[in-house]
Amino acid sequence: MSSIHIDNVSRWFGNVVAVNDVSMVIGPGVTGLLGPNGAGKSTLINMMGGFLAPSTGTVTLDGTAIWRNEQIYRHIGIVPEREAMYDFLTGLEFVRANAELHGLGAKEAQRALATVEMEYAQDRKIATYSKGMRQRVKMASALVHDPSVLLLDEPFNGMDPRQRMQLMELLRQMGAEGRTVLFSSHILEEVEQLAAHIEVVVAGRHAASGDFRKIRRLMTDRPHRYLVRSSDDRALAAALIADPSTSGIEVDVQEGALRVQAVDFGRFTELLPRVARAQGIRLLTVSPSDESLESVFSYLVAA
Amino acid sequence: MSASSGLYHPTVARLTYRALLGRRRAAILFALPALLLIISAVIRVMTGADDETATTVLGGFALATMVPLIGVVAGTGAIGPEIDDGSVVYLLAKPIKRPTIVFTKLLVAIGVTVAFSAIPTLVAGFILNGNSQQIAVAYAVAAAVASIAYSAVFLLLGTVTRHAVVAGLVYALVWETLFGSLIPGARTLSVQQWSLALAQKIGAEGAISSDVGLPLALVLLIGVTVAATWYAGRKLRTLTLAGEE
Repeated sequence: MSSIHIDNVSRWFGNVVAVNDVSMVIGPGVTGLLGPNGAGKSTLINMMGGFLAPSTGTVTLDGTAIWRNEQIYRHIGIVPEREAMYDFLTGLEFVRANAELHGLGAKEAQRALATVEMEYAQDRKIATYSKGMRQRVKMASALVHDPSVLLLDEPFNGMDPRQRMQLMELLRQMGAEGRTVLFSSHILEEVEQLAAHIEVVVAGRHAASGDFRKIRRLMTDRPHRYLVRSSDDRALAAALIADPSTSGIEVDVQEGALRVQAVDFGRFTELLPRVARAQGIRLLTVSPSDESLESVFSYLVAA
Repeated sequence: MSASSGLYHPTVARLTYRALLGRRRAAILFALPALLLIISAVIRVMTGADDETATTVLGGFALATMVPLIGVVAGTGAIGPEIDDGSVVYLLAKPIKRPTIVFTKLLVAIGVTVAFSAIPTLVAGFILNGNSQQIAVAYAVAAAVASIAYSAVFLLLGTVTRHAVVAGLVYALVWETLFGSLIPGARTLSVQQWSLALAQKIGAEGAISSDVGLPLALVLLIGVTVAATWYAGRKLRTLTLAGEE
């Protein structure tokens, strides 16, 4: 079990501040590093991967500095965003070379190729691979030494939905095995589907951290929307609107449901069941209708 | 064997020479020596064996033009393209000392440059005058020594600039050839002249001449090679991979 600690890290390029006083801990399991393009995700991943020195602050893996420490790569596997990867080699030759560079051999290379299910195309030149196949061979090269940390920069870019699902499944499995898996993405639904834990960076700053629903709840000044179905929608609507935690209710006749807008999250979640019980109304559905990362994210970017 | 021991890593070497010889640019590696051999054969057939002609061809074309050009292709090609396209990350994200990577790539670049310049120079020398006055051997040794220095210098260029090939060509053609012939002082700072000092020593008395004395030439050759290699290793250790952002 390994953790990457980022402590008060800033990184600037000339006059441009790419990362501004960020502190975060990336622990075991799958973590999504989320932010719009240009937010500083790649800069952060490059610092975690030892390819960029922080201008100030420290980046460590279990207490050991990552920058200028090639021995750290015994524990870290990196899946870079860029496509280039010795296209003149076959998949097997490439993964085998990566194994040899770790002092390992054919056995480990074969195992890594099996993990990403690329054995069927291992004897073809990488130049002939599709985007998804390349991504999987990159994964194999990063997994060949069985690292405890896996860093992936925009791994889903350009993948088709099926390839995306396969890679997500693989990453989930890696996280479940206790590895520290960090991937960056600017696409919210990717992060939502895969990562229980997210770190949000916006304009070089660490905007939020934690379970994305928890983050959502922290934003109490933003209205929360719920879809509620009950045994008596109109009676429930009347009871709810009487409380100041509710700012608006719409009776959606077509859906057969209430659209409730709550301004005080804590109070509303406590109010709803109490009101329902008092009125003798059965709640059939209570679901947050805008807890997609899209809404969390646009809120953070606007803030 | 530990992945981090020693200054040579066979896998790094294999990846490097396969990349070098697999690229389109590698055509130059075959074309230039072929041209030298053809010119030598034609001259020999048309004018017969002549020491002065041999010196002109080997000194003017082989050592002055072919060796630095092949040095540029092999030296910059051993590392530059990997840094440009980012694939060097697969070498760097490994528990291997950076100097090992640089030194291995240097050995490959030297090997390729010697194979494609010094050996053809030797063969061309034998074709031209059958090694009379040791001219073929002298120029071949000069080419081999120059190959080492050029490889180190151009490998360094490959780590510091994205325009390594252009910078290398400017050095090889403009500095070595043009300035060298216009400004006498520039010749002191010329790999070609340093290696010629060695050729002068090997060749028969008066057959080959250099503008630099042998002791100074050797010091400069070794100094430049070591300094360039050391600096390239340092550069690679702090290589910052440009992100997509």
